[in-house]
Amino acid sequence: MSIANERGAEYLFRRYAGEVLGTLVRRFGDLDVAEEALQEALLEALIRWPREGEPRNPAAWLVTVARSKAVDRLRRAQRRPDKEVAAFRREPDRVDVIDELATALDDQQVPDDQLGLMLLCCHPALHHDAQVALTLRTVAGLATDEIARGFMVEVPTMYQRLVRAKQKIRLAGIPFGVPHHDQLAERLDAVMQVIYLVFNEGYASTREDEYIRHELCGEAIRLGRTLNGLVPDEPEVMGLLALMLLHDARAPGRVDTDGVLITLEQQDRSLWRRAQIEEGSALVDRALVMRRRGRYQIEAAIAALHTSAPTAEVTDWPQIDALYGALLRYVPTPVIALNRAVARGMAAGPTAGLEMIDELIADGELDRFHLLHATRGELLARAGRTSEACTELREAASLAPSVAERSFLERRVTELEAL
Amino acid sequence: MKYMLLLADDPELAAAANAPDDGQAVMQEYFAFTTRIAESGELVAGDALHAVPTASTLRIRNGSTTVTDGPFAETKEQIGGFYVVEVPSLDRALELAAQIPAAKTGSVEVRPIMDFSAS
Repeated sequence: MSIANERGAEYLFRRYAGEVLGTLVRRFGDLDVAEEALQEALLEALIRWPREGEPRNPAAWLVTVARSKAVDRLRRAQRRPDKEVAAFRREPDRVDVIDELATALDDQQVPDDQLGLMLLCCHPALHHDAQVALTLRTVAGLATDEIARGFMVEVPTMYQRLVRAKQKIRLAGIPFGVPHHDQLAERLDAVMQVIYLVFNEGYASTREDEYIRHELCGEAIRLGRTLNGLVPDEPEVMGLLALMLLHDARAPGRVDTDGVLITLEQQDRSLWRRAQIEEGSALVDRALVMRRRGRYQIEAAIAALHTSAPTAEVTDWPQIDALYGALLRYVPTPVIALNRAVARGMAAGPTAGLEMIDELIADGELDRFHLLHATRGELLARAGRTSEACTELREAASLAPSVAERSFLERRVTELEAL
Repeated sequence: MKYMLLLADDPELAAAANAPDDGQAVMQEYFAFTTRIAESGELVAGDALHAVPTASTLRIRNGSTTVTDGPFAETKEQIGGFYVVEVPSLDRALELAAQIPAAKTGSVEVRPIMDFSAS
């Protein structure tokens, strides 16, 4: 295969995998068979589309061709478990593409297949790392080496992870399909977790030298959009999409040209992406009126309050404080508690914020957590206790995992010492 | 597909669950579960095992056989029984696992059984 073809196939895989693979998995009951068949269909598309023109429904065309490829392959390989043989028997030997196209267009199951693929990749019986890798590979259509780069693992390791995950699906009999309503909520939670994890990996990268990795954020948003299209009227799915849009809208203002982090207060708000903020805010509003609250909606509501404020000072901090209080009921983590202390500090003065932090310190466990020291340092600085503030911020810098955070904290100490 | 459901109990949690009525209620739950999956046709086999102190473990190394007292692995949770079920998919096997009392006082490991007749 020439390089141009390989690139072309990769591009098409990325564009169509999420739409097409689900249907193929449903038909063949096996992710590997489906993926190989799609790859073959893509190669045929690369030859035929430029010559014969792009089909009216490319996804349906690919399903059709991939099906006949898979049947051929299965027949050649003489591997015929029952389901595959049954699929083979229904299939005419040589397909008339145009006819099949029409049938496929009538296929009402396509959205369900797409959702089924997402649910399969995020099945709770798979390890979290495997869920993420599979989702990015099959739903988002990323290449294995791209995923490896995104998660800072060696390409062979990522490749192995994908192979093992697919093996587990096959051997453990993880089923393809959309479960009934009562189970669906739980399974959607797992999908949302994976999407949010991808987003966070991009947004607050654990990679030493690169704080924001836009590709992963963009990928997560794309997945969120897809999911929101597949299960409309799920307020938490809307909330998740809104949350990601609103956070990502602030990306252009979050780091300076040297890659050093800029605090929310000091960010140039004119750099924020307005259209994305409007889209995110509208989604939050729509979700909240449905009156089925959840963590993503609350987080999105907080993000919307930040992005709608012209400056940090005039932000509705009391409301943000209250929302963090509500969020703690869903996500009782130190980070959320710290965020609440910050909001409290802005709403009711630094001393009120420090009181909240001191309660957290009394609970223990957080001493090695750089954000605790960073937050406490900022509140101390605001309260005018500069030398204590510098000690806390230095402690925070020594514990910070990324260069951007470390530089930011060190710069802050220098600023304070110059006062 | 066939799955083996391996039932492991945490002795402390299990003892606490059995305490009120000497395990009568838990036994009833097992009995009801076994009856249900026998009637649905999903049960292939299933039995309870005597406690871990009755276990003997055999190993052959370099041609010589040793038998030791006790289970093959010292863990807090101890295998106390098993079911073999035949169901369409992992999701159904997990649904069944969730109905087993040991899930609440220990854990249930769900393992697909190899099918040598396929392929």
